[in-house]
Amino acid sequence: MTVPQDSSAQNSPQDYILRMRDIDMFFPGVKALKGVSFNLKPGEIHSLMGENGAGKSTLVKVLTGVYQKTGGHIVYDDHEIAPRTPLESQQMGISTVYQEVNLCANLSVAENIYIGREPRGALHNIDWKTMSHHAHALLLEQLGLDLDVNQTLGFYPVAMQQMIAIARAIDTQCKILILDEPTSSLSDKETEKLFSIMRSLKQRGIAIIFISHFLEQIYTICDRITILRDGEYVGEYEVKSLPRIELISRMMGKEIKEDQIESNLDKSKPQEQVFLKTTDVTVPGKVKDLNMEIKKGEVIGLAGLLGSGRTEIAETLFGVMLKSEGEINIDGVNVKIKSPMDMMMNRIAFCPEDRKVQGIIGDLSVRENIILALQAKDGMFRHMPRSKQNELADYYIDLLRIKVSDREQLISNLSGGNQQKVIIARWLATQPALLILDEPTRGIDVGTKSEIEQLAVRLAKEQGMSVIFISGELGEEVRTCSRILVIRDHEKITELAEDEISTAHIMQAIAGDYHGHA
Amino acid sequence: MDMLKKFSHSSLALPLAALALLLLFNAVFVTDFFKIEVMENGNLYGRPIDILYRASSLIILALGMTFVIATGGVDISVGAVCAISAASCCVLLGGDISGVPQHPFFIAILAGIGAGVLAGIWNGTLVAKLKIQAMVATLILLTAGRGIAQLLTDGQIITVYYKPFSYIGGNIPGVSLPTALIIAFLMVLLVILLDRKTSIGLMIQSVGINQTASRYAGINVTLVLFCVYIFSGFCAGTAGLIEGSLIRAADANNCGLNMEMDAILAVTLGGTLMVGGRYYIGGTIIGAITIQTLTTTMYAVGVSSDRLPAVKAVVILLIIVFQSQKFKQMYRDYMLKRSASGQLEASHA
Repeated sequence: MTVPQDSSAQNSPQDYILRMRDIDMFFPGVKALKGVSFNLKPGEIHSLMGENGAGKSTLVKVLTGVYQKTGGHIVYDDHEIAPRTPLESQQMGISTVYQEVNLCANLSVAENIYIGREPRGALHNIDWKTMSHHAHALLLEQLGLDLDVNQTLGFYPVAMQQMIAIARAIDTQCKILILDEPTSSLSDKETEKLFSIMRSLKQRGIAIIFISHFLEQIYTICDRITILRDGEYVGEYEVKSLPRIELISRMMGKEIKEDQIESNLDKSKPQEQVFLKTTDVTVPGKVKDLNMEIKKGEVIGLAGLLGSGRTEIAETLFGVMLKSEGEINIDGVNVKIKSPMDMMMNRIAFCPEDRKVQGIIGDLSVRENIILALQAKDGMFRHMPRSKQNELADYYIDLLRIKVSDREQLISNLSGGNQQKVIIARWLATQPALLILDEPTRGIDVGTKSEIEQLAVRLAKEQGMSVIFISGELGEEVRTCSRILVIRDHEKITELAEDEISTAHIMQAIAGDYHGHA
Repeated sequence: MDMLKKFSHSSLALPLAALALLLLFNAVFVTDFFKIEVMENGNLYGRPIDILYRASSLIILALGMTFVIATGGVDISVGAVCAISAASCCVLLGGDISGVPQHPFFIAILAGIGAGVLAGIWNGTLVAKLKIQAMVATLILLTAGRGIAQLLTDGQIITVYYKPFSYIGGNIPGVSLPTALIIAFLMVLLVILLDRKTSIGLMIQSVGINQTASRYAGINVTLVLFCVYIFSGFCAGTAGLIEGSLIRAADANNCGLNMEMDAILAVTLGGTLMVGGRYYIGGTIIGAITIQTLTTTMYAVGVSSDRLPAVKAVVILLIIVFQSQKFKQMYRDYMLKRSASGQLEASHA
C-alpha cells in the first residue's frame, strides 16, 4: 500500500469548484454515509468508485438535493450550499444524467430537451419552431447527431435516449455534470463519442463526476478517483498513480490479483443430451431463422452488438415474444408456446435485461419477490404456507449471499447487485432446467459480477442446468461460456466453441472476418 | 412504550386514530352514544350497532374496491351496479301487494348477485382484455347502469311486499344482529380467507406495483385484473340487495347513489394508495366505519342533511392531509430535530 495520497489536498480552497466535507447521511436504521469527503476541481473528470451499496449514489443524491444531508458541509463556488430539491441544485449549475434515462418517452426529443425552459414567443406562448430548431442544432453541434427532434423520444433506442439526456444536461448552464453509469447501455462506438464530448466539456472548464463500473473507461477518461467503501471515505487518488489492482483492492477492502478476475473460470463440460433445440424459428423483424441447440449442463453465450437481437432470442425462448414460424423442441418434444407460463412449465427461467422495469416488484419484500415465480407456477390456489416461504427465502439469501437486513426488507431498498441476486433466486426457486440470464451483471460491482459468473458455471456443472448467458461485456462471456453464438442483425452468423473462444474472435466474427465451424 | 411505538408505525395507526378521535368526540358530546339496548323483539339497538349496520353495504363495496385499487385501477360503476342488482332482484320478486313472490326468493337473490357479477365481467373485459383505462371503462356502467336498472323496472319504482325480502336490510326474526352486518362480516371473512389462504393477494399487489415485471415472472396479468373486477361486481351485487331491501324497493335513480365515491374514500382512508400496490383490508374496513360514524355523528349533533356534505368534506380533508406522505415526512423531520436538539442539550449538561 504505497500509493501516495493526492497532494493537491493542501492546495488553497479556491482551486476547487466543490468541496464536500464530513458528509453524513443517516436513514432510519442505516448510516449510508459516514464522514465522507469529496473535492472537485473545475475542468477535471473525477470518478467516484466503490462497490454497489458503497454510497456513490447517495453522495450524488445529497449533492443534487434529492436527499438532505444529516451532517457536514458542502462548499460550492466558495459558498456553503444545502440544496433541498434537484431543481435548486440544477439552477446552481449542477446537472445530472442518471443511469436510467428519466425523460418522458411520449414527448418529442425537442420537448424533452427544453422541458421547463421552453423558448417563449411574444405572447409567452411556446415557440415551437425555435425550440425544434435549437434542439436540432444542439444535438448536431454537441453530439454530432442528426435526429428528427419532433419524433417522440420513445421512438429512439435507449442508447440514443441517453445521449439526448446528456444533451439536455449540457445545455443547461452547468458547472458540474454528474454522469451516473452513463455507458452501461451504450455500445463501444457510442461510448467513444460520449468520451469525446466529455473531453470537450472538460476543455470548457466543466467539472465532471463520472460513475462507471467499467475500469477500462475510468482509466481512459478520468483524472482523479475518489473511493468509497461501506459509506466511508477511503481516499482520493490521481488515476496515473493508482494501479488497477490497487483500485480494486481498495474498493473491496481486500487483496485480489488482477489475473484472478481476468482468468477463465473452470468451465462446465456439457452432457451429451440436448435439452432445447430450435428449428428455423422466426419472429418477424426480431429473430430470423434461428437454429440452435443447448445441451444439459452447457453454458452458452449470445454475443453481438447492442440491438443485434440477443434479447429478442431470449424472449422468444421464454414465450414473451411469440414465434411465427419454426419449431422449438424441449427434450425432443415439440412444444406449443402461448405465454411465459408455458415455458415455465417446461422448466425454463428468464432473468430479463431491464432489472428495474422487467425484474423487481419494488414495493414487495425480498421474500415475496423470491417466491413470486414459483407461486405463479403453482397457481394462486396452491398457496405456499408462510413458514415454507420464509424457509425458501432464507435459503436463497444464504446461498447467493444476498445482503439484506432481513427478508421482509423491500427489494427497492437493496443495491443493484443484490436486487439482481434476488431475481436470480426467484428463478432458481422454480428449479429450472434452462436458465436464461440477460445482462445479469449490468450496473453491478466487480465483486458481485464475478459471483454471478461463477454461479452460472457452478449451476451447469453441479446441477446439469443449461444456462444461456447474455452480456454486452465480451470478456464475461469468454470467461463463462463453453460455446458462443454470434448474432448479427437478428441472425446467428456463427458459433465459437472451446479454444476458438476469445474476445478477438468474437469481434472478428461480428465484423464478418472470422467464420468458426458454423 | 415499545408496543406503542410499533403500533404508531403500523399502517393501521392513522385510520384507527381518526376513528378513535371521532368516537371520543361522540363520547363527550353525544349522550348515551355507546349505549346498546336489547329491544322487546330481542334485536340489539344503539348507535354503535346502527353505525355498523349502516356501514355494512359500504364495507362490502369497499372490500371489492380495495382489490381493484391495489391493481392500480378503480371501479366507479359500483353504485350504479347496486341499482342494477336491486332492480333485478325486485323485478323477479314482483310488486304484488299480497306479498306473494313471482319467483322463488333464492332465484331473485341469485339474480341480483348474478347481475353484479355480469357487470364485473363487462368491466373486467374492458380493462383486462381490451386494456381500456379503468376510470374510462367503468365510467360506461356508471352512466349506463341506472338506465339499465330503469329498463329492468320499466321506469317504475317496484315496491316489494314479500316479507322475507325486508330481512336482508333488517333482521331475520329471532336473530338479534342486523342481517346486513352478518353479510358484511361474512364478506370480510371471505376476503381475509382469500388474502391468507391463496396467493391472489400477492398477485394483485405484484400487478399493481409493476405489471411488466409481473408478466415476466409468469403471472397472468389479464386473469388477475379480470378476477378483481368480477369480485368488485360480486360485492356491488351483494351490496345492492341490502340497499334495495332497506327501502323494500328498486329505486333505479337513488339506489347506491354516490356510493362508489364513499367506497373509494374508505379504501384510501384505510391507507391503500390509488396508484396500486400494497392494500390494507383492515384499513378499508375502518375507513368505511369512519365515514359512517362521521355521518351518524353529524346527525347526532344536529347538522342538517343539506349541510352534512360540507362538514364531512372538512373532516375528511383533515384525515387525508394527516395521512399524506409529505405530512408524515414533515412530522418525522420535526421529531428527529427535536430528539437531536434534546441530545445536544443533554451532552452540554
